[in-house]
Amino acid sequence: MAQMLKVDALNVWFGEAHERVDAVKSASFTVAKGESFGLVGESGSGKSTILRAITGLAGSWSGRIEVAGEAVHGRHRSRAFHKTVQMVFQDPYASLHPRHSVDRVLSETLHLQGMDQIDARITRLLDSVGLGKGFRFRYPHQLSGGQRQRVAIARALAAEPQLLLLDEPTSALDVSVQAEILNLLSDLRKERGLTFVMVSHDLAVVAHMCDRLAVMRGGEVVEEMPQASLRAGAATSDYARNLLAASESYRREPV
Amino acid sequence: MSAPLLSVRNLRVSFPTRSGTFEAVRGVSFDLGRERLGVVGESGSGKSMTGRAILGLVRPPGKVSADRLDLNGETILNLPERRMRALRGARISMVMQDPKFSLNPVMTVGQQIMEAYRLHSGQGGKAAREKALEMLSAVQIRDPERVFDAYPHEVSGGMGQRIMIAMMLAPDPEILIADEPTSALDVSVRNEVLRIMDKLVTERGMGLIFVSHDLNLVAQFCDRVLIMYAGQVVEEIAAKDLHQARHPYTQGLLESLPRLDHPVERLAVLQRQDSWRNDVKGA
Repeated sequence: MAQMLKVDALNVWFGEAHERVDAVKSASFTVAKGESFGLVGESGSGKSTILRAITGLAGSWSGRIEVAGEAVHGRHRSRAFHKTVQMVFQDPYASLHPRHSVDRVLSETLHLQGMDQIDARITRLLDSVGLGKGFRFRYPHQLSGGQRQRVAIARALAAEPQLLLLDEPTSALDVSVQAEILNLLSDLRKERGLTFVMVSHDLAVVAHMCDRLAVMRGGEVVEEMPQASLRAGAATSDYARNLLAASESYRREPV
Repeated sequence: MSAPLLSVRNLRVSFPTRSGTFEAVRGVSFDLGRERLGVVGESGSGKSMTGRAILGLVRPPGKVSADRLDLNGETILNLPERRMRALRGARISMVMQDPKFSLNPVMTVGQQIMEAYRLHSGQGGKAAREKALEMLSAVQIRDPERVFDAYPHEVSGGMGQRIMIAMMLAPDPEILIADEPTSALDVSVRNEVLRIMDKLVTERGMGLIFVSHDLNLVAQFCDRVLIMYAGQVVEEIAAKDLHQARHPYTQGLLESLPRLDHPVERLAVLQRQDSWRNDVKGA
């Protein structure tokens, strides 16, 4: 199958010399077109940083990042890149401009993407994320967390991307709302043949959403495994096995 | 069971709004012993507000009323602020949800923990520093000396939450109200933090109110669970029986969770019913 994303020997670091922090160390993985790939690991393991490096938001990096066969360089991303790749952030309370209405958020994005028929597109976008016309002229403070995340997803879809980078898209939401958003994402992926790279600390969410995943620790990819191994708790490395066991349950120490 | 640490009857919290009074908590009753009591519900269900009301943190124009709100037999309902301050932190403590908003951004972590500890224990600076470092390592912070001198923006979210817990536990409270204390934490750290709280309950007889939206975690960690919806307790159940819950809301919440051991094509979405908002008859 065609390759959508290739990350090869990726290093990402912040600061220089003695203040240098290596956030990602020679991480490599590939994601096929139409696949859903998960990145799991503890906070600080570099999973979000990889997404940010792909989109040109992270500090200095070396190695190779290819999106749909095209290598990207430095922090600049071409217009074509943003048409292919879009990102949904963790906190819908922080990723929407508080003084821009839903209409403005979406129309601005559509303008930037050079789309025509903006009016009709906004209606279609809102529709596709399950928000009616009534939401079009609302401001973020008039929306619930789940509705905001739907707007953020609509904004990402505005460019009609092929690859969605999802950085903990539901961890700020209630479980019932999480179910709605995850269902929405699955539907959109099916309808539009999207490729997902999803970062989450919730293994059950990753197991539900992803075909394959990589476990990260301290900036390195410790292990790659298919969904079935995650469900079976069949990790090969000690670290991944412990992580799986720890998230399985909390066990009281025998009294 | 011996006399409860905390006894709450018909607790109500209301806020006047332009369109009439809004009742955030509508007649909540429970007793807390030396146990882990889970409070589960979605955002807006009143679970955090219940915790805040117990601590006297509901600010005017919000109003708190109750038939009874007793800590060890003494009423703590609407105490004057001066007396409440002596209680808060020392005898009842609260770990808030978001460390970003509950740590002081212009004080180092160490100073903040020391301040909390000195205020309630009356100890000197040296003892407070030792206690602060001890608490930081107790919450599994690997390099307590470095974190002690760090400012809140220099630590990660998970570490911030552990710092909050360290700060709250330093004065040895009788009751700890933990509002989503682990939702920002990694699983391995989460289990460590839970173990710390678990120990405080089993070894020191602390009462723990564990507010969470994570049903599976509550089922495993707590002894008893209250399920809240629209300001009321709609179901009270032993934690081990949570998966046999009878209320459709509880069942709906459980079904909407993705599970590792049970793959599904689509997640069930909670269908809300208006009848869940109706007054629940007092227990």
